[in-house]
Amino acid sequence: MQKNPVICRKLSKTFQQGEVKIPALVDVDLEIPKGDFVCLSGPSGSGKTTLLNLISGLDNPTSGEIELDGQRIDQMNQSSLAEIRLYKIGFVFQSYNLIPVLTAQENVEFVMQLQGIDSKVRAKKARHILKEVGLEGLEKRRPGDLSGGQQQRVAIARAIVSKPSLILADEPTANLDSHTAESLMELLQSMNSEHGITLLFSTHDQLVMSYSKRLIKLHDGRIASDEKL
Amino acid sequence: MILRLAWRNLWRHSRRSWLTIGAIAFATLLLIFMITLQLGSYDMMINNNLQLFTGHFQVQAPGYLKKPQMRNTLAQPQQLAAQIRAINGVEDIGIRAKGFALIASEQRTYGAEVVGVETANETKLSTIPSLIKTGRFLSDDNAQELIIGEVLARNLKVTVGDELTLLGSGHDGSIAAAVLPIVGIFKSGEPGLDRNLIEMPLKSFQEIFSMHDKAHIIVGIVENLDNLETILTQIRSTLLTDKQVVLDWDTLVPGLMQLIEADFINSWFLYICLVLIVTFSILNTFLMAVLERTREFGVMLALGAKPFLIAKLVILESLLLTLLGLAIGMIIGISIVLYFYIHGFSYPGMEELGAEFGITGKVTPELSLLAISLGPLVILAFTMLASIYPALRIRLLKPVDAMKSV
Ligand SMILES: Nc1ncnc2c1ncn2[C@@H]1O[C@H](COP(=O)(O)OP(=O)(O)OP(=O)(O)O)[C@@H](O)[C@H]1O
Ligand SMILES: [Mg+2]
Repeated sequence: MQKNPVICRKLSKTFQQGEVKIPALVDVDLEIPKGDFVCLSGPSGSGKTTLLNLISGLDNPTSGEIELDGQRIDQMNQSSLAEIRLYKIGFVFQSYNLIPVLTAQENVEFVMQLQGIDSKVRAKKARHILKEVGLEGLEKRRPGDLSGGQQQRVAIARAIVSKPSLILADEPTANLDSHTAESLMELLQSMNSEHGITLLFSTHDQLVMSYSKRLIKLHDGRIASDEKL
Repeated sequence: MILRLAWRNLWRHSRRSWLTIGAIAFATLLLIFMITLQLGSYDMMINNNLQLFTGHFQVQAPGYLKKPQMRNTLAQPQQLAAQIRAINGVEDIGIRAKGFALIASEQRTYGAEVVGVETANETKLSTIPSLIKTGRFLSDDNAQELIIGEVLARNLKVTVGDELTLLGSGHDGSIAAAVLPIVGIFKSGEPGLDRNLIEMPLKSFQEIFSMHDKAHIIVGIVENLDNLETILTQIRSTLLTDKQVVLDWDTLVPGLMQLIEADFINSWFLYICLVLIVTFSILNTFLMAVLERTREFGVMLALGAKPFLIAKLVILESLLLTLLGLAIGMIIGISIVLYFYIHGFSYPGMEELGAEFGITGKVTPELSLLAISLGPLVILAFTMLASIYPALRIRLLKPVDAMKSV
């Protein structure tokens, strides 16, 4: 049986700020099957980032369970979580998520390097994937010399290069103009349809939502609606 | 890869990195310069002091050092002296006899130490013959004459050409008495010698004090002080009977080594202060470099890097920075030391002072591996300590929090 990349059961996260308890997520139940292309939306403060952080193991839930590929991660220690992130999850953040002193190609190679992949294989894969995201010829540029859209493409290339079971993206288009955002979404969509990569991303942008197969709306830390598009 | 990352990170803030490298380099070259010079000064201090009169080592009868009695002599010193002279590494050897006597001029009487010396050998063993202020040194071993320290001469109100009456007890218990003319007055700068010492030819001394050919001390100097221990061991094991002991300079002049040790501790205090100041400024740089990159480290953690890897990266960056500073500091420091090794270094104002006491006035820095590497090693140790703190902070970093800070 094919395991679902993501299963959340009664997932809750409460932040403690002094005396005040802030419930950021409340009893979230969620299943994302393989090859899904899911968009998280909702007003600011509704818990999108919190949910993504929990699923990626960057943060620990207050209660509830998370399964990645059938493996419980909610009680794991930091070092095992790092391992899970390294092999199972690709990341695209809102901004500033490349290592500034490394070139585009080296940034893409970074994750493979951590995985201990041979340098020749690494370079070949990295160049191939950069070509696929439309950055051929820019391999030697550092992030500072790339536009915001180009940087996000490098980040996507880095996220997909080691074929993770899940790619998480927190508002990947927030800092881009609508034209660039569109072409980026087209890229993500093609990655999803061609490579069957499971995608979960958050956004405020109506246009961006329209690219997804499934739209989940969060409100005050709860799932308000979950519809197939 | 991690090395490449570290190397490039260094040049993100090239001005800051160069400042840090500069601080490390400066501290390094300062330490190299000061330590080599200091050790060189000690060598000079030891040599100047010892070559004045004491020599590097002495052979005496057992117990003579503690209680210099007339009767406690070395038998057949000439023969032993010749044997010691034949040893490799021994530069010069001389025989002395020593007694205490009352010295009377026309106006006053003082007690003084009278030493009979081999006039030819003494010139090579001791700098006193070259420090005669008025008159001349003793002419030959049979001459009936003496030289006298400057302060003693002043106290006795005598000058060159005046006669002194010596009154002491001879080797056989008889009374030793003589009237001898002063042919020279020396000024060594060492109060003990200038106030107390009278030298006369050995043969005359032996005659006056009824010693025949016996003596009290064989004085020696070696070519290289570093080999002193081996030479003394050789003398001890092959030449000496239980009627003779050989003593090194540290035993003969115990104050000298203590003086040096005290000075050494003083200057180490200074060095550590210097290193600490540099260390704290470096710690500051390291810490800043880490804190301002919290978000970047967060990204790396999120991608699946272990905190250990990032700590390694940070330590590697500090190490590279330190090594660069050390390399530059050592190159410049060693060049400076080499220059002074060849040309000699004179402390300001020391030249005149030195000349008066027959000291060359120039210090040669010590060019040994220890002297050169000591400073850099201490700096390396301290900067590595300084890099551990920022590295440890990374271990406390949680990816979510790290990602939040921009
Ligand atoms: N570290 C924290 N400490 C305290 N409260 C927090 C913390 N992180 C998030 N919160 C709170 O949790 C709630 C959900 O935050 P979250 O960042 O998940 O919202 P979001 O949907 O991503 O919003 P946005 O669209 O603005 O990015 C908010 O009320 C927020 O104030
Ligand atoms: Mg958010």
